[in-house]
Amino acid sequence: MPTVGVKRDLLFKALGRTYTDEEFDELCFEFGLELDEITSEKEIISREQGDSKASGASDTILYKIDVPANRYDLLCLEGLVRGLQVFKNTLEAPRYRRVSPSSGEPQKLVITKETAAVRPHAVAAVLRNITFTQERYDSFIELQEKLHQNICRLRSLVAIGTHDLDTISGPFTYTAKPPGDISFKPLNQTKEYTATQLMSLYKTDSHLRHYLHIIEDKPVYPVIYDSNGIVLSMPPIINGDHSKITLKTKNVFIECTATDVTKAKIVLDMMVTMFSEYCSQPFTVEEAEVVYPDGKTYKYPELAYRKEKLSSEFINRKVGINESTEKIAQLLTRMCLLSQATGVGDEIEVEIPPTRSDIIHACDIMEDAAMAYGFNNIPRTTPRTYTVANQQFVPSLFLGHSCPLRQIVAHLSSLTTLCHHQVARTTLLPGLLKTIAANRKMPLPLKLFEISDVVLKDETKDVGARNSRRFCAVYYNKSPGFEVIHGLLDRTMQLLEVKSVRGDGYHIQAADDSTFFPGRCAEIFVRGKSVGRLGVLHPDVINRFELTMPCSALEMDIEPFL
Amino acid sequence: NWVMADTGVVETLLRLIEKVDDGVDSLEVAASLGVDHQVIVGAVKSLQALGDIISAELRSSKHWELTEEGTEIAEQGSHEARVFSSIPLEGLAQSELMKLSFGKIGFSKAMSNKWIRVDKSHEGGPRIFKTVESIDDQVREKLLLVKKANTAQLEEKEKNELKKRKLLSEVTVKSYWISKGISFSTTITKQETELTPEMVANGSWKEKKFKPYNFEAMGVAPDCGHLHPLMKVRTQFRQIFLEMGFTEMPTNNFIESSFWNFDSLFQPQQHPARDQHDTFFLSDPALAHEFPQDYLERVKKVHSEGGFGSQGYKYDWKIEEAQKNILRTHTTAVSARMLYKLAQQKFTPVKYFSIDRVFRNETLDATHLAEFHQIEGVVADYGLTLGDLMGILHQFFTKLGITKLRFKPAYNPYTEPSMEVFSYHEGLKKWVEVGNSGVFRPEMLLPMGLPEDVSVIAWGLSLERPTMIKYGINNIRELVGHKVNLQMVYDSPICRLES
Repeated sequence: MPTVGVKRDLLFKALGRTYTDEEFDELCFEFGLELDEITSEKEIISREQGDSKASGASDTILYKIDVPANRYDLLCLEGLVRGLQVFKNTLEAPRYRRVSPSSGEPQKLVITKETAAVRPHAVAAVLRNITFTQERYDSFIELQEKLHQNICRLRSLVAIGTHDLDTISGPFTYTAKPPGDISFKPLNQTKEYTATQLMSLYKTDSHLRHYLHIIEDKPVYPVIYDSNGIVLSMPPIINGDHSKITLKTKNVFIECTATDVTKAKIVLDMMVTMFSEYCSQPFTVEEAEVVYPDGKTYKYPELAYRKEKLSSEFINRKVGINESTEKIAQLLTRMCLLSQATGVGDEIEVEIPPTRSDIIHACDIMEDAAMAYGFNNIPRTTPRTYTVANQQFVPSLFLGHSCPLRQIVAHLSSLTTLCHHQVARTTLLPGLLKTIAANRKMPLPLKLFEISDVVLKDETKDVGARNSRRFCAVYYNKSPGFEVIHGLLDRTMQLLEVKSVRGDGYHIQAADDSTFFPGRCAEIFVRGKSVGRLGVLHPDVINRFELTMPCSALEMDIEPFL
Repeated sequence: NWVMADTGVVETLLRLIEKVDDGVDSLEVAASLGVDHQVIVGAVKSLQALGDIISAELRSSKHWELTEEGTEIAEQGSHEARVFSSIPLEGLAQSELMKLSFGKIGFSKAMSNKWIRVDKSHEGGPRIFKTVESIDDQVREKLLLVKKANTAQLEEKEKNELKKRKLLSEVTVKSYWISKGISFSTTITKQETELTPEMVANGSWKEKKFKPYNFEAMGVAPDCGHLHPLMKVRTQFRQIFLEMGFTEMPTNNFIESSFWNFDSLFQPQQHPARDQHDTFFLSDPALAHEFPQDYLERVKKVHSEGGFGSQGYKYDWKIEEAQKNILRTHTTAVSARMLYKLAQQKFTPVKYFSIDRVFRNETLDATHLAEFHQIEGVVADYGLTLGDLMGILHQFFTKLGITKLRFKPAYNPYTEPSMEVFSYHEGLKKWVEVGNSGVFRPEMLLPMGLPEDVSVIAWGLSLERPTMIKYGINNIRELVGHKVNLQMVYDSPICRLES
């Protein structure tokens, strides 16, 4: 879940009222947000880097708010305020409009065919006559960062570049070139680097090094030029220094390059809907044209409003309430989904704005109605579903032994350093022996058992593997106690109604197994089939688990008894 | 056996106690009976073993005792007195005097007391003569006082001087102050320790007295097994589900394909949960090779193009991603398989549950392991509402002893609406999250082939968290894994979740 940090006083100023921490927490809860932490810059720095570093930092109170992972429209102060104000009925949701430039042609971004090998999509838009302040600027940068972290999947799906349009001139070209052929002065650097040099420069950059892998192995790197050959950006790594945004910037050119065009459109819509608020004509966005290698031209941002029709009966039935069509239309409108009764029966027409890309089905609209109604105002009812319960068979082998539950060992092709295990466990015995090793202070004898699943490869299963339920027991004492483990087997078989006879019942016979002491191991047969082994552990095994006493053990498959 | 050997002493002691109002000191008794103190101590111990016949309070006191040399002096007189009495009227040659055992010490003391004189010019060598008619041997008299236990008549200074001369020593003596017990009697009978088969058979128990039990002591620990707390709590949860009419799902498949774990649940292929950082991918067997083909096509379509009333996610859905085998990240993968199976028959309402292991590539800490147990409940029926989900959660949590619930809107890729379940924690005085819940999305259910008017509601929580709270365990490693604290397993009580 993404966390958004906003300055409390700024938030309250924008909301037009103040709240106590408790009141704001309550409002968040109702709206599906979580006021995760109340802190300050000073407190954060002091916690992360120590008090000495924090001395000059700001005391301004920060709210850290957890936002649902699909609500990109709530990832910045502007969006949060808009969402909450509409929810509290103190604001009507703004209408976002795409407009043509007041004079001349729209900005044009031409994609060349070379991009197909690395990052084939791009979208673009222009914010005209915007007024930045320090706070707005910070929020603008922070939103890009939040989008990069979430919907953009760390820039792999989409990367955003924002530029001072007055420093560059279109048409712009989005192409891809061998890294040695790209050379420019990157953001916040003082000299030019080739793309190859940049990749090694950023190897040690705590922030940018995480994105290098996206293009590192590609023969060509994506790059955007203006008509004079100035580099706007080398997505998804870095922008050029030339076109960087400052507080004085009036006109912003936004480009998003992508491997997933749907997400690129959403990201662009988010950027422009959030910040067009600060344009001289609020909530208008100047269009830009994107020309694909095949000549097809698209106008962005899409800022599409979609209309859905559904019945109030559907919402009442799914939520479990009984509200009028008008009331439900009002509820939806409070969720930024402008709705009205059409007058045809109980039909409601719902308009989904470009900010609500999370609304993809009628059930999403239904949820918003339920949220606006208040989950905790919905009457709690008991479904009449009639069923008869059944359980999976769990053998009740209460044999007078402890049962430590142990973690299955799993692992795999994951690359993280957290992995300690390489395989799913195929036997329970090592876990029990480790348990004894970790509990050597306990009085003897130690008698432990575990009934658990192991994982075995099995070609006949759709996934190529299956679970197998095992029963394992160990006896650890000054004497090996084979008779104890043997007696446990006899008792288990008695409870499972298996007689001690060859053929139809069970029997054990001498076997060789390097886990066990020579001459002290037997194989267990049930109805003629080998199901496991028991015996006195080999001293080498005992030693390797850092144990010091003789030990006998039993491990068998209990699948035949389930 | 003390009682047998010293019956005489025991009886004498009891008669002595009978005569006094308060009590007697064991040392005095020993002195008066002329026996060793240890004999009396033995008698006291054997009486104590019989119950409350006597009460004996241990006391310790300091007293003065004659040393060996002191005893000799008390009997024969001090060295100087003996020197004095050895000298006849005509005197004694000094060389003769020095031959006596006490001669050397006694001579100098007698000299300093001015009881004797030396005539060095005497013919035949130095000769000793008495200077006084008679003497008063105070040293002997003082020691005699000590011997008769009349130390009080001596001054501290005198005692210390005698101690310096190694004639006296101070010793600590332990004794018992013996008085009548609650069941005092001068006659004693031998008490039996236990009822025997013979006593039962011949009725002799009627005449016997039995040694009282010590009810303060602990009993003998039974030789029994101990179930792991997680198992006990799991049993309770199973019980609750069964009471509510839920059927247990077979969850014995830790290895799952991404298809059933994610795709079938309408979780897009770029979802962060499908990242190596969150999920354990298998290298062998790396891929699943068999899927219900028609269903797979419908899943592909709903992801990439939409359908079933959905816009879809509009991305390039790849079978290669769906094939990747993983350790299941939730038991909801099993629920998906069960619901798919259900959709292949004529629909009947079901209530399912499961409690089993799931695996996440988490950062390990005191409350997180790479695996945990998920508890999951699922209800599928016509016309279920969000109110029904909240109602059933209320019933479920009431059985856990949690009655104050509220619900927070949340996000989950496969449920809509999604709700986090919070309960009011009386101890912490705040609302804490206790589970997650929601209504499965149509994009998940309709491709399976379930009827359009069927809703499926579900909820989940972990088994470890309530277990840790129930048993007061702070570190999950003490609960799960080989570092489990067996003493904790031995000591943990039965589990009753509602209390």
